[in-house]
Amino acid sequence: MKALDQTLALAWRSLVQVRRNPWELGDYSIQPILFLVLFLYVFGGAVAGSTEAYLPFVLPGVIAMNMLFVTVYVGHGLNTDLTRGVFDRFRALPIPRWAPLAGRILADLLKQALCIALLLIVGVLLGFRIETSVWEVLAMVALVLVFASAASWIMVLVGVLSRDPEHVQLFGFTALFPVTFVSTAFVPLDTMPAVLQPFVQANPVSLLADASRALLGGGNALEPALWTLVWAAAIAVIFAPLSVWALNRRLARG
Amino acid sequence: MEIAIRLQGLVRSYNGTRAVDGVDLEVPRGSILGLLGPNGAGKTTIVRMLATLITPDAGRAEVGGFDVVHEAARVREIVGLTGQYASVDEKLTGRENLLLIARLLGLGRRDARRRADELLGQFHLQDAANRPAQTYSGGMRRRLDLAASLVGNPAILFLDEPTTGLDPRARRDLWRLVGELREQGTTVLLTTQYLDEADALADRIVVLDRGRIIAEGTSAELKERVGGRSLFVVVADSARLDDAAEAIARIVGEGPQARDSTLSVAVTSSAVVPKVLRALDQAEIEVVELGLRTASLDDVFLALTGHAAEATSEMSEEDA
Repeated sequence: MKALDQTLALAWRSLVQVRRNPWELGDYSIQPILFLVLFLYVFGGAVAGSTEAYLPFVLPGVIAMNMLFVTVYVGHGLNTDLTRGVFDRFRALPIPRWAPLAGRILADLLKQALCIALLLIVGVLLGFRIETSVWEVLAMVALVLVFASAASWIMVLVGVLSRDPEHVQLFGFTALFPVTFVSTAFVPLDTMPAVLQPFVQANPVSLLADASRALLGGGNALEPALWTLVWAAAIAVIFAPLSVWALNRRLARG
Repeated sequence: MEIAIRLQGLVRSYNGTRAVDGVDLEVPRGSILGLLGPNGAGKTTIVRMLATLITPDAGRAEVGGFDVVHEAARVREIVGLTGQYASVDEKLTGRENLLLIARLLGLGRRDARRRADELLGQFHLQDAANRPAQTYSGGMRRRLDLAASLVGNPAILFLDEPTTGLDPRARRDLWRLVGELREQGTTVLLTTQYLDEADALADRIVVLDRGRIIAEGTSAELKERVGGRSLFVVVADSARLDDAAEAIARIVGEGPQARDSTLSVAVTSSAVVPKVLRALDQAEIEVVELGLRTASLDDVFLALTGHAAEATSEMSEEDA
């Protein structure tokens, strides 16, 4: 109970921080909307023939992309705490060792949920029609959040290994761009070169985007959703212990 | 006499270098101990071990009777830590920073708010309470950092170079606050590379050099070890500082320490004064001021280590 309170307090702190960081706030609000609008009106005609036809396709893709970009802030925030001495202050307090990390990931999930909601609302305002039940929409949100919490561990590792917060962002976004774009997030699979297609099909971003499309617009969601979960489990199984190990190593060294 | 902090043969290495090389130390409850030494002397490493942030390679340490390795959780309940680099969250306001710590220490919402306001008042931060800490001056930030480490009323407080980088007024403010803690009976372990700071705050001073204790005692005792007095000379033309130092060294038998245009060196007899004056006159070095004063801790450090206290070692990155 006490540990839960402490984790919540630490999550509160991560959320309050956003208020004072206009860039971060923008990345949660303006940036996803900007991406959605740009992709929709610039590429819509070329990719799908019209913006109306493209919207159901691109909205889940933007949701998936934005989710990945937001995870960078987990690493960025952790690295800031490590390099500025805030993490040491927490460690000198009588709280569980995992609480600072848990608080950060919890706060991140809340931010993620708000981003998804925001994108869905803007999407609907632009003419998006949800064809499925509330449960399927909730399943879609849950799927994105599960994948986000797994992907966060990669960024935790980046945050631990990076020298400073700027490097986290640099590395994070540089790695995320190809992963996001070599997928079916924004364009259909068959428009891409044959050599690229196996990668695109296996890419969890594709699977997540496909599952989200089906959960919002109807169709077979089960297969891509299950594969997304397999990916999430695999990422978590590898990166959670690795991140914790790297973090402990960094702390023991300092 | 109850011992609040006890170190026995404490050792910690970094990359094969012994940052802390067998330190034995006892700090009586309610007293202020000053750990004095240049960058790389091992001060911060000792504090980090005592605050349970890193573990010793050998030896043991007890804080409040609890072992820092095996009873780390108990230690964390009774200590406060103010790091050398202000470890407040810059994105949070002063009040939010204190509220967070209070909540983490298990205070209820109302108690947390009351404690935060209390500390904001005590540390003269009320006016800035609702501003993000990143807008604070260095002195304010350090005060907030100190306040954050006092939220839980710790019995034992570690202050790691609390005034490094502060202007003289902010330093004095912080000294006054530490003085108030002494009156409340808090045991304080303070690290500093400022000799006047140890002199002003600490009941006892331990001088640390390259991971080892090289001297220990009250400020007066340490000053006595170097003969009690030092000769100081201020030259008019700082370009002639080296010439003056040479002339003084010939008479005193030891090279003086130079700072700006002042040279100082520990002496045992006042008989050297006229001799030095004559030598400087012969060398045609114009003297602005010359006299004897009670030895400063600078002189102590020079006499004990053979090098100036302010010299930075190659380890400063690790232990700055």
